[in-house]
Amino acid sequence: MSGAIWAIFCRDLGLLVRGSLGRGGALLPLLFFVVVAMLYPFAVGPDAKLLARTGAGVIWVAALLAAILPLDRLVEPDVEAGMFDQWALRGLSEEVLLLVRILAHWLSFGLPLMLAAPISAGLLSLTGEQLRVIEIGLLLGTPGLAAIGVTIAAITAGLRAGTALGGLLAIPLAVPLLIFGAGSLQPQGAGGLYLLAAASMAALAIAPFAGAAAIRAGRE
Amino acid sequence: MQPCRLAAFDLACRRGDRVLLRGLSFELAPGEALQLGGPNGIGKSSLIRMLAGLLRPFHGHVEHSGGLALSDERAALDAHRPLGEALDFWRRIDGAGPPTADFGLEDLLDVPVRFLSTGQRKRAALARLAGSGAQVWLLDEPLNGLDTHWGASAQAAIEAHRAAGGIAVIASHQPLDLKRLRTIHLLDYQP
Repeated sequence: MSGAIWAIFCRDLGLLVRGSLGRGGALLPLLFFVVVAMLYPFAVGPDAKLLARTGAGVIWVAALLAAILPLDRLVEPDVEAGMFDQWALRGLSEEVLLLVRILAHWLSFGLPLMLAAPISAGLLSLTGEQLRVIEIGLLLGTPGLAAIGVTIAAITAGLRAGTALGGLLAIPLAVPLLIFGAGSLQPQGAGGLYLLAAASMAALAIAPFAGAAAIRAGRE
Repeated sequence: MQPCRLAAFDLACRRGDRVLLRGLSFELAPGEALQLGGPNGIGKSSLIRMLAGLLRPFHGHVEHSGGLALSDERAALDAHRPLGEALDFWRRIDGAGPPTADFGLEDLLDVPVRFLSTGQRKRAALARLAGSGAQVWLLDEPLNGLDTHWGASAQAAIEAHRAAGGIAVIASHQPLDLKRLRTIHLLDYQP
């Protein structure tokens, strides 16, 4: 049983990092995340003070939008290929499978975002202190984003235009993470990190069950 | 191998607002094979998925002992990976290895699954099924896409599985060349 879970985790991670057929890997959300930070100064001008004041919020918006990009390849290809049916026949519960997938998704998406955040911070002339809070915030918030992403991917798997719908469904759910994440960078906003962690944990706790129910309902 | 069993009691199948089948019961002992026959749309695939526990019966219930293995129109092999790796993934989960030699797959192990023909992919799916070590095989149109030679090989694999004490349920509209094959015509169970 644990051997099977490990094999599935390795496969999921490989798929999500390298990308599968016609669906980009971990690089795509990452580039998107950095490109947003690169474009923002072009749009509002190179005023370092303005950038430093608003830049942290831009990083959080970019992180949220980057989380939507991989939605279509998180669950749908495996439902399509019958992988979930085969796993069900072997007595592997969808809840565990989705938890494994959230972990793999976070490693292929949350972690690279944290590594790229210093580049974005540099482009937006943020201070070292701001970058530190952003990194802590991303560490606390991206697991929640990954959980919401996998849940929505499971709900929209098998639907036509599921990707577009998935984006629309994921954004409202991710708004608390955005508010607390960006809010933690305001003066006296340190409490925001606790709320961010709480929102992230709530998403993480609900996600495997909601996603598993969606996959089972999709079989009917 | 401990004895396996598959039994259905008064099954009814509903898709949408239509009842496709009702009152279907059977019981299979080790070594037995059952063909579910009938025209397209009669509910063969739904019935197979019900026996697999993937679809809830509208009425009645299914009992089984021994592991279940399913082969339907989806191969459950990662399309972009070489066949060898894709099969290896299932070997790591099931423990036993897919018998690639029985299905003539040795020369294809380097080929990405998406480049395989329909028949080759079907053979790979059957190899995955045979390697699962499960005692109850549920096959949905196992001969689709196979030529005469590999069709015979697939049926030989089913016979070998039965000889080893396994059960096979085969949904197919094609005639099968299996010994002591029980047949259920699903047309008889239409409401």
